[in-house]
Formats: sequence, C-alpha cells, structure tokens
Amino acid sequence: MDVVLLQRRFSEYLTSLFNEGFLDEQFKQLQELQDENSPDFVFEVVTLFFEDSERLLNELAKALVQPSIDFQKVDAHVHQLKGSSSSIGAGRVKDVCIHFRNFCEEQNIEGCLRCMQQIKHEYSLVKNKLENLFRLEQQVIQAGG
Amino acid sequence: MDSSSINKEKLHVLAVDDSEVERAFMEKFLKNCDCQVTTAENGARAMEYLSLENEPGKSKKLKVNMIITDHSMPEMTGYELLKKVKESSTMKDIPVVIVSSDNIPTLIKKCLEEGAKEFMLKPLQQSDKQKLRSHLKEFQQLIGK
Repeated sequence: MDVVLLQRRFSEYLTSLFNEGFLDEQFKQLQELQDENSPDFVFEVVTLFFEDSERLLNELAKALVQPSIDFQKVDAHVHQLKGSSSSIGAGRVKDVCIHFRNFCEEQNIEGCLRCMQQIKHEYSLVKNKLENLFRLEQQVIQAGG
Repeated sequence: MDSSSINKEKLHVLAVDDSEVERAFMEKFLKNCDCQVTTAENGARAMEYLSLENEPGKSKKLKVNMIITDHSMPEMTGYELLKKVKESSTMKDIPVVIVSSDNIPTLIKKCLEEGAKEFMLKPLQQSDKQKLRSHLKEFQQLIGK
C-alpha cells in the first residue's frame, strides 16, 4: 500500500484514540520525548506499562478475593496503576483508578469490585488500541515512511 | 574543533521512583534536559548509591549533582529521603526536587521547609522542562561545571 495512505491511516487512528479518550495529552509528551537517540521510546515505555499493569491487575485480583480485604494494599496497587497509566496518557484507565481509590478509602467492597471489572475492561481496550497503533506504525516504516 | 570539547560536563541526576514505567519516563525526560541519569527504585537504594560517592578512591563520575524523587513510595517517602539527605553532612548540599501526583499544599510546604529545592506535579510535561532546566543551570553554575 502507498506510504502516504498508510501514514494517513496511522494519523487518523491516533486521532481517534485521543477523541475517544483512550489517550490523553500525556501521550503526546511521551511522543515528544522520542528522538533519534531513543527511536523506540514510546513502544518501550508502553511495553513496560503493559507488563507492569498485568502484574498489578493480578495482585489486585488476589487481594480482592481475600476473606478480609486489605483496603490499604488494594489502594497501594491502584495508586501504582494510576501513576503509570497517567505517565503514559492512558486516560480512561487513570480515571477508573481515581474512582477505585475513592472506594478503597470508603472501604466499599461493592464499589471496589465494580471498579476492578471496569479497570480490566479499560485496560484490555487500551492495550488492544495501542497494539493496533504500533502495528500501523510498523506498516508505515516498512513501506519506507 | 569539536563542540563537545567546549561543552560543560553534564549534570548527574539521581532519579528515584518505585514505578518502573515512571522511572523510564523520568530518565528520558532528564536525558532530554541534557543530564546524565542514574535511577533508583526506592529511598534505601538511593541512599546506598549516594553513600558510594563518599568512599575514598571512588570515581568523580559518581558524584550526584541533583536528586529528583517521587514522593509517594512505600517504606521511605520522598519527604523522608529528603530529610535523610539534609541530615547527612556529606549530602546535605545536593539539591532535591520532589515530584508528586498529589497537589497538597501542606505537603508542598513541608517539603520546601525541609529544604527541597522545588516541588513539581506529576506527570511532568514539556513545560516543566523550562523550570527544571533553569534549576539545572543554577546548579551547574554553583558547582562550576
């Protein structure tokens, strides 16, 4: 396919991710940091984010099935996830984390469990979107862009 | 004539954060501000690294010119790390910048009163580069680099 068309497909997809709130301004900060010295910076940091998030989601799942939930522990994990999602611009994940932390503070089990479901959902959505984005970018590069 | 030979030596910054994603982000951010960067995953490791430079015969390259630390870390917060640095006769002159996702005036005041050079909100943006760069310039002049 023509490299210009591929580039357009990539740009349009990226724009849609911003419009739909999957990514926020912070993702642009990430893009601005990428340069000739670190040409894969965005990909590397996002990959770290995926690994870190999956670890945190596992820890959260474990913590939430305990007979007596340790809300401080849950909050600590959510805090970490909020930090990393915020750093890379995963806006919707970050927003769920904020609600999640409020429920932790209230020791609201129902609320926490609901947020857990939401976070898993938002995370898998943004992961899928970002993987698509990187795939489109690779196509541009392979076509000589 | 090679311009790098007339360039001042790069400042060596120690970046402390318990999140791998945020460390990666911070490291690149600082490198883009023309710094040499060492990262540490917690306050204890940071203190260990800082103590190394005081050992006799240690390379001058280890000398840390600035510390930038996340505030919310388990075990030792950024504030507690700041206190330890300021209490040390060998380390107290190293400027410390605290970063946090929490915009809490009492926390900010506490850190500045304890001797933090600056308190910045996370996630860091391109616009924060200006602020950081001017502090770095100041530190560079102070140590004659």
